[in-house]
Amino acid sequence: MISKIAWKNTWFKPLNTFLSIILLTASVSIISILILLQKQFEEKFSSSMDNIDLVLGAKGSPLQLILSSVYQMDAPPGNISYTEAEAWMNKPMVESAVPLAYGDNYLGYKIVGTNENYTKHFDLKIQQGKLFSKDFEVVVGSNIAANIDLKIGDTFFGTHGDAEEGEVHDHHAYKVVGILAPSGKVADNLILSNISSVWHMHDHEHEHEGHSEAAHDHSDHQHAEGEEHHHEEVNPHEGKEITAVLLKLRNNMAKMTWPRIIPQNTEMQAASPALEVNRLFALFGVGISALTYLAYGIMFISGISIFVALYNTLKERKYEFALLRITGATKMQLLWLVLLESIFLCTIGFILGIVFGRIGLYFLSVSSQEEFKMAFDPFEFLWKEEGMLFLATLSVGIIAAIIPAIKAYSLNISKTLANA
Amino acid sequence: MIKTQNVTFSYSATQKFHFPDIDCSNGQTLLVTGNSGTGKTTLLHLLGGLLQPTAGNITINNQDILQLNTAKLDAFRGQSIGMILQKSFFIEALSVLDNVLLASWIAKKSKAKEKALSILDNLGLKDHVYKLPSQLSIGQQQRVNIARALINNPSVILADEPTSSLDDENALIVARLLSDLAKEYQSSLIIVTHDQRLKSLFNHQITLS
Repeated sequence: MISKIAWKNTWFKPLNTFLSIILLTASVSIISILILLQKQFEEKFSSSMDNIDLVLGAKGSPLQLILSSVYQMDAPPGNISYTEAEAWMNKPMVESAVPLAYGDNYLGYKIVGTNENYTKHFDLKIQQGKLFSKDFEVVVGSNIAANIDLKIGDTFFGTHGDAEEGEVHDHHAYKVVGILAPSGKVADNLILSNISSVWHMHDHEHEHEGHSEAAHDHSDHQHAEGEEHHHEEVNPHEGKEITAVLLKLRNNMAKMTWPRIIPQNTEMQAASPALEVNRLFALFGVGISALTYLAYGIMFISGISIFVALYNTLKERKYEFALLRITGATKMQLLWLVLLESIFLCTIGFILGIVFGRIGLYFLSVSSQEEFKMAFDPFEFLWKEEGMLFLATLSVGIIAAIIPAIKAYSLNISKTLANA
Repeated sequence: MIKTQNVTFSYSATQKFHFPDIDCSNGQTLLVTGNSGTGKTTLLHLLGGLLQPTAGNITINNQDILQLNTAKLDAFRGQSIGMILQKSFFIEALSVLDNVLLASWIAKKSKAKEKALSILDNLGLKDHVYKLPSQLSIGQQQRVNIARALINNPSVILADEPTSSLDDENALIVARLLSDLAKEYQSSLIIVTHDQRLKSLFNHQITLS
């Protein structure tokens, strides 16, 4: 019955209630979005980083190299010579090496030239079809297959570079031979081919420049390929470039020394994903902490709003309290009544905050999926973190209500009624 | 049944009240009159256990209420005393019916819904039970107060100026109604008032001075 009175009272002054709830909802939703974002972001970054000790790539920003090669989120700093990279890939300390060659995209999804080591390295499973074995055969990530409805046997033309609108390579069509099982890793949003597909696509471009448009026909094209193949037997990768190599090393010493040795002796650099991602998180953390403080600030203000609302109504409500006491209510029941009203507000604010936070994250996820090919799961519940948030919200409510509740508890009924 | 002996009370060293003894048996009505400042409301609050006297005894149903601690007194008040106040107070957010039921829930942890409805019906409020108290007229609100005071079959009904805000006609109706209900429920009714209109209705009277 006390809770019924508290509940009815909450809605009897809808304006006060509304203000307090809006503030609470705002702060809870911001905090819950941040909690989820941070956790899922770090999870995605860490899971993609698994098994990669060093990344070999062109000199430049190491963070850029890591972002482009491991997370496919940035443009690569440049290309490296395949022969030069191969020398390091074949060293005995290397447990596995995954070469990556970027060139084209299809509707914004990167087409990455690599070898079968990529799927092994990231523990990717083929859901349908098979892995690429010939040039221009591709395996597509699960998200792509779902989002743009690619099936096995479909063909498409790539677009040069990493921008969706660009020059279309309409000489060779890629053919889908396999679809990856969802992994939650960046591969969900990648199209994988062999490296020579990327090379051939772009070699062809150079040949094409030397030919007149009219002279270009299919047989000509075949010839060009054949010629090149012949050439490869002599010196297979001479002058060929790739973008980066993901390395897993056997030897801890090499992990420490290669980042120093490689730039000294070659035109390449070796960057550690763990190091760079930690740097990124540290940068990130500042922003997240700032937003979190802001959100707790809003929660503090909502606490004040609850306090003011309860305190202001005390004067008119003291007769209500006196009435409850003369009908036999105890002091504790009055204390509880005031606390409950605040707890109701906080619980409603918390639930709405969690719901709106989810909705917010959903829209964030849609736009980050479009821009960065990175999706967030709005339906994940972090019981520990969000439980803590609930406790924090409740504490705000209880602290805001404690003074009004004590005032109700210690009300002098006789005096109140005599002065009515 | 309510009895008092040598009850005194003081708010300060200069302001002392010595109240005449009261003896009011079940079904009986006692009218306590007096001018402002003679301690009418103070007496009522003493009888209702809202104030502690400096000396004397107050016995309700053979229970000396001064022997009870705060929590027990709260419970005793809920079960054995029905108070009707000068002004009508309500839990504004609750309906008329819920306001009456509240008293039964607080005192007995159960909601006597049937009884509340029959009392409200008896008081002519049948059509208003689901309204908010603020939607009723003052006379109707006073009757809801009466219903709330009666819901737990109290041994004692204490009424503080129950008629002062009512017109002549309604004042007499309410006063008669109270006294009839006290007889019906076998409660001792004590009405504290300066309302001269009631003096002719009751022969059992005390005047404070």
